[in-house]
Amino acid sequence: MSLQLVFDALSLGGIYAIAALGIALIFGVMNLVNFAHGQFIACSVFALILPSADAVATMGLGALPAPLLIAAILAFGAGLAVAAEALVFRPLRNASPVALMVASFALGILLQNILLVAYGGRPKAVSLWPQLGSPVQVLSAQVPLLQLLVIGAVALILAGLALMLKRARVGLEMRAAAEDFDMARMLGVRANGVISGAFALSGALAAVVALVLVTQTGVADVRMGGQIMLVAFIATVVGGMGSLAGAVAAGLALGAASALLQAFLPVEARPFRDAFLYGLVILVLLFRPQGLFASVGAKPRV
Amino acid sequence: MSASRTTRHQVRRRMAATTPLLLALLLLAFVVAITAFGDRASARMASETLIRVTLVAGFWIFAGNSGVISFGHAAFACVGAYVSAWTTLAPAMKATLLPGLPAMLADARWHVLPASLVAGLAAAALALVTGAAILRLSGIAASIATFAFLAMVNTIWANWTPVTGGTSSVVGLERYVTPWVGLGWAVATLAAASLYAASASGLALRASREDEVAASASGIDRYRHRLAAYTISAFFCGAGGALMGHFIGVINPDAFYLNLTFLMLAMLVVGGIGSLSGAVVGVLAVSLAVEVLVRMEKGVSLGGLTFALPPGSQEILIAAAMILVLVFRPAGLLAGREITLPARWVTGRGAAND
Repeated sequence: MSLQLVFDALSLGGIYAIAALGIALIFGVMNLVNFAHGQFIACSVFALILPSADAVATMGLGALPAPLLIAAILAFGAGLAVAAEALVFRPLRNASPVALMVASFALGILLQNILLVAYGGRPKAVSLWPQLGSPVQVLSAQVPLLQLLVIGAVALILAGLALMLKRARVGLEMRAAAEDFDMARMLGVRANGVISGAFALSGALAAVVALVLVTQTGVADVRMGGQIMLVAFIATVVGGMGSLAGAVAAGLALGAASALLQAFLPVEARPFRDAFLYGLVILVLLFRPQGLFASVGAKPRV
Repeated sequence: MSASRTTRHQVRRRMAATTPLLLALLLLAFVVAITAFGDRASARMASETLIRVTLVAGFWIFAGNSGVISFGHAAFACVGAYVSAWTTLAPAMKATLLPGLPAMLADARWHVLPASLVAGLAAAALALVTGAAILRLSGIAASIATFAFLAMVNTIWANWTPVTGGTSSVVGLERYVTPWVGLGWAVATLAAASLYAASASGLALRASREDEVAASASGIDRYRHRLAAYTISAFFCGAGGALMGHFIGVINPDAFYLNLTFLMLAMLVVGGIGSLSGAVVGVLAVSLAVEVLVRMEKGVSLGGLTFALPPGSQEILIAAAMILVLVFRPAGLLAGREITLPARWVTGRGAAND
């Protein structure tokens, strides 16, 4: 296997892992499968540019210098997710997981159509940090600088999150809430704080995915979050619903599988790569319906 | 209680049997009123609404009885629409639009009725195979898997160009769907849905929806009943998809993707997923709202001023309405109740007071 393929697999898998983590965090604290996550990503992309129906986008926030821009977009993603929680999901706090899921699907459609009204339906060219596409020599492989940055950033984010969940008080509260929400509340964990915190983190992770996607593809499209959200969903199911480590591992595995399929499928079958990927996942689930890393609390006790 | 009296259970069964009759009469009245007083545009709206009743009542057979939300039923409509196109289009048309069809389909020139039945059967067969894998998962994970199934079908249909025409449209489907055809399918679907709901399998499935653990402790094999409901449900969604194709005359894969999924879900949620009457009322309510909003998007003139909503506001408002219903009336407009005749109309002599 060539070194090139390893980098492809790591960077794609890293992005999938970040997206899956964004979904698993929220599922963990409030049993919500967030179908609006893809639209959090799309909205974060469009936050970079000014509303217009033109084919080439004019930068809004995107014109800021890089450190400010990254901070602003992360804050935007976090703010959007926290607002969604306060307006839509808080009134539904005691609803069934099915109702929550349907509400998030409706929220996703709502956000998508708001983007359509504001920006028009055509994909737009966005040039964000074009210099990151230039290749770098790493041992025997030519790797785009962006791929290296993505791999580094993903490693940093995962390490940071792991540290926060293990050491910080808010991390401890989040893990407790994911384990048993009612018990955590009885022991003095503030529900609103933990849930808002999880949404803020999830939204910021969506913004990270958005930045990588827009730099990689150079377009802004209202549908751009959908595909990656689907892969992230699948990663959370394969990883075992509610298991953060499982979601990350499954995200990385899906990225690797996807890179391998892209490299080894015959050319005429490549457009169907995703169909093969989903088919593979269904096969895995046939043998382990509870996911690969099912958490102990996944099956309700009587 | 003497043997000649009707038991409370029998009364319930009879009341339940009146539901599809009343719903069918409601739809019949709707069609008669439209054909008597409406113009061409409202006749089209009526056909479209009845197709949606077929789709949503078909969807309800699975989602309503099992309590599992499926995002994959638009894919069954997609398969149904294309199967009907493959079997009914003129062979010369297929030779240019869909050169990759196998000879058996390329030469087929069927009547539209067997084509719509086969469309339903093809969707049901696909449901049987994919459901066997998907429905082993628990509720929420199964929902996610149906979403993956929807995306998978969409990816295949958008890229399998020689057979499906890819993302470009397949045109020239015979436009035979009048309000009466729509009514026929809608009533057939309602009958099938209430028969299934009253069957042993339907009851077992609803029991497992209410309490999974208790149902399985009583010996109910949830997976088998879910699969049965999924397959029957896919049949009617497939047929409904075929009707959609023959209503507009043009099909492409994106017509059967997220927007259709959203519309079907919105109708089910607004009316109330707990009952078949809820599904029908949801279709009527949301269709009416869509009709009004579409006209407002085209522009309404008020005293010389033309006022138009921007395109896309239809979805925004329906999505907002759906969230509001979920927050303020989580069980939907009908809150899980069925429309039935009152008990004393269906009992024999003097049994109402036991």
